[in-house]
Amino acid sequence: MTDAADPLSQEIHGPTPRQILRMRAFGHKGLLFGLIVVGLLVLIALFAPVLAPHDPYAQSLMNRMVPPVFMGGSWEHPLGTDHLGRDYLSRLIYGARVSLLIGSIAALISGLIGTTMGVCAGYFGGKVDAFVTFLINVRLAMPVVLVALAVVAILGGSLTVVVCVLGLLLWDRFAVVMRASTLQVSRRDYVAAAQVIGASTPRILLTEIMPNIFNNLIVVITLEMAHAILLEAALSFLGLGVQPPTPSWGLMVSEGKNMMLFEPWLVLIPGAVLFVLVLAINLMGDGLRDVTAPEGRS
Amino acid sequence: MTDALLSVKNLTLSIPTGSGTLHAVRGIDFDLKRGETLSIVGESGSGKSLTSLAVMGLLSKTIKCQADEMRFDTIDLQKANRRVMRDLRGNRMAMIFQEPMTSLNPAYTIGDQLTETLLLHRKVSKAAARARAVELLEKVGITAAESRLSQYPHQLSGGLRQRVMIALALMCEPDLLIADEPTTALDVTIQAQILRLLVDLTREMNMAMILITHDLGVVARVADKVAVMYAGGLVETGPAAEVFSAPSHPHTRGLLRCIPQPGKTERGAPLGTIPGIVPSLIGDVSGCVFRTRCAHASADCRGPIPLRGDDSHAFKCVHADGALSAEGELA
Amino acid sequence: MLPFILKRLGLALLVALTVSFISFSLLFLSGDPAAALAGETASGEDVEALRRLYGFDRPMLVQYGEWLFSALRGDFGESYYFKLPVAGLIAERLQVTMILGVCGILFALLTAVPLGVVAAIRPNSLIDRVALFLSVAGQAMPSFWFGLILIVVFAIQLGWLPPSGAATWRHFIMPTIVLGYYAMPAIMRLTRAGMLDVLNSDFIRTARAKGAGEGRVLFKHALRNAIIPVVSLAAVQMGFMLGGSIVVESVFALHGAGFLAWESIARNDLPTVQALILVFSMFYIVFTFLADVLNAWLDPRMRSS
Repeated sequence: MTDAADPLSQEIHGPTPRQILRMRAFGHKGLLFGLIVVGLLVLIALFAPVLAPHDPYAQSLMNRMVPPVFMGGSWEHPLGTDHLGRDYLSRLIYGARVSLLIGSIAALISGLIGTTMGVCAGYFGGKVDAFVTFLINVRLAMPVVLVALAVVAILGGSLTVVVCVLGLLLWDRFAVVMRASTLQVSRRDYVAAAQVIGASTPRILLTEIMPNIFNNLIVVITLEMAHAILLEAALSFLGLGVQPPTPSWGLMVSEGKNMMLFEPWLVLIPGAVLFVLVLAINLMGDGLRDVTAPEGRS
Repeated sequence: MTDALLSVKNLTLSIPTGSGTLHAVRGIDFDLKRGETLSIVGESGSGKSLTSLAVMGLLSKTIKCQADEMRFDTIDLQKANRRVMRDLRGNRMAMIFQEPMTSLNPAYTIGDQLTETLLLHRKVSKAAARARAVELLEKVGITAAESRLSQYPHQLSGGLRQRVMIALALMCEPDLLIADEPTTALDVTIQAQILRLLVDLTREMNMAMILITHDLGVVARVADKVAVMYAGGLVETGPAAEVFSAPSHPHTRGLLRCIPQPGKTERGAPLGTIPGIVPSLIGDVSGCVFRTRCAHASADCRGPIPLRGDDSHAFKCVHADGALSAEGELA
Repeated sequence: MLPFILKRLGLALLVALTVSFISFSLLFLSGDPAAALAGETASGEDVEALRRLYGFDRPMLVQYGEWLFSALRGDFGESYYFKLPVAGLIAERLQVTMILGVCGILFALLTAVPLGVVAAIRPNSLIDRVALFLSVAGQAMPSFWFGLILIVVFAIQLGWLPPSGAATWRHFIMPTIVLGYYAMPAIMRLTRAGMLDVLNSDFIRTARAKGAGEGRVLFKHALRNAIIPVVSLAAVQMGFMLGGSIVVESVFALHGAGFLAWESIARNDLPTVQALILVFSMFYIVFTFLADVLNAWLDPRMRSS
């Protein structure tokens, strides 16, 4: 046999799965951008009272529609003031709270509903599956914006109502994805093995199924969070979501709309921030999907 | 050798990868006359499929293809432009693939797919093309050929689909047929039928055939010539009968030991195996690549390897007799 | 294929029935519809009178049955606000929304499919990157904001297009782009992924081995297979788009069904809202049904089973 120095007989030592995951995560520009921007905005939302230069609700009729500093304004109001003289930057900072709060809680509620439905459908199959699939079909047939608007209008617009309505409406993607993932996982041999040794159904669902579909769940949570944030903004823009004077970015665009002809920045700034947040969350979700894709783990 | 239909000299295929250049095929030669069957044998990943795709001009653009000569009839395949290659493919050279289940387009009928080849290359009416398709389907042993034309691939079994693939390849009566592991994906009983069909058809139509396989049992029955490949290089070439009766390269002998022979292999005796794995072909490769798995490897195996034997039966090994004498002692 | 169509039709009808029940139940979400209708200043007797006038005093299922049978005959009741038959109101407004929806989906398909195909043929090329950027940006773009930006740039700054209304075809350009861009990313991603998948399949290699030219390989052999799932998605997106037209129509003041929905919601005009939810749902149900049938017909594996 040949000696170990022979270049042909050298074995190639690959990195461990965990190392691959880390390498992929740090090499993924979209994921990095998403994580940094979302992280930054979460910090801003958490420390809003410290960071905001002014009270977001304080009106000053003397200082209405002061332009931002890059359009000839002063550093007193870096992003200017709105039609009631409220500091735009402070309202933006507090607006991050509204968006992130609504996005995350709505995604949690719908995630809970959708995951339960999807996992049950995928695991039990048969009639349970048929019923869940039917519910998903019904849900998809309902126009989300219209139904959400109508319900919020009937119940009265408030943060709680908007969060609950969105949470109860956006579970469809969770159900679809979790059903498919569960279906895939439950056909694997280790699930059959658990059934053979007599593990209880809840135990199999929690210890065999859930850990293996968790990656997909995280991805859907981020994407639905983005979806909820966009919908809240749309509802508030239409005047039937979060009610004034709460600083919501959608509402700020709506309030700026009337002055759009002369002060387009009133619309541009909150919309751009909203765009960047949703973009970052989506990139984070897409990145997580790329990085944790099953072929990347084996 | 001027009468060769296909002649390949010093063909090299390299694939740039993240960790260096992968030398998938390194300097192989072979030629083929009309009506002759050449079998290229080797383990998975030895570069046999890539070689056939290179002849067809179907390599993906990322693979670099170089050769001293690659000639089909009078056409220089390296200089041929896309138009010339397109006129050759399906017309004068045709190919059958390993996977009959996925090699047919699921969206079109068998008839559409069969006639397409003929309509691409010949000025014939649709009716004439359909008549030709029926004729060939019957020739490859498909019953109720007429009614099969309107069926879709998913309605046929794997064996039937491979017969359709063969008919497809024969539509224009090609001079050269390349069959890339045509029986690997099929049931054992079907394998023999398909193989017999291929042999009969090549005789009948005086076609040259390159049969790519990892199954030496297949080769013994059908090939005129054999080329044994290992890790991107040719280790032994020669007339099939000679290579089987007097295998010279240790790798060829190793492959032969892996198949049981009626009358020779004792009942209950373990079948031969070749220990080890195919080495990585990334980066510079020198010397004999089989040395990491060869029982007779020595320090000389890292140097240049001479080509031994004569024009018809040749092998590459540092040992003058391919270490055949040493093997006797081992056994 | 007929059993498949019948089964699918049965499902569509069942979904439609369930949706109709949900949209009818909205009326009772506020607790007492009569009180809501009468307003905060009304006296108890007024509320009672209204309750009897609209039949709110009967069991809910009876009311639902009556509403459903009227709806099947095309009678959705009278609008609380406009004091006109709801069916007529919606029919009148639907034309604008349909034009917008058809233009939007055409815009989305005509941009997304070619971009997706080219991106799949040349992965990691400049066009692939541009396509990826467009789809990522499109998914994050709030459509009301995108619409306002278009108005600022093309109507106010450049003066090329009218900012609002539905008088001429030029009024529809910006709304079409906004609505179409909403559907584009998903269609493009699916086209790209489908083409990439198909281009790597064995039968494409067979087509090349036949001597087929690149154009033939790409369009006859590859796209024909890759487009099948795109058809379904386009139908789903069309349904979503009609539902989403409410935002676009309110930004561009297009007086279509979406705008009507916004008006009626803001005015608590529940019969109109119920009818609109039902109508939009029906569009979605019909589109997805037709798409599934078309899909089954396009895919020989389903056609013959």
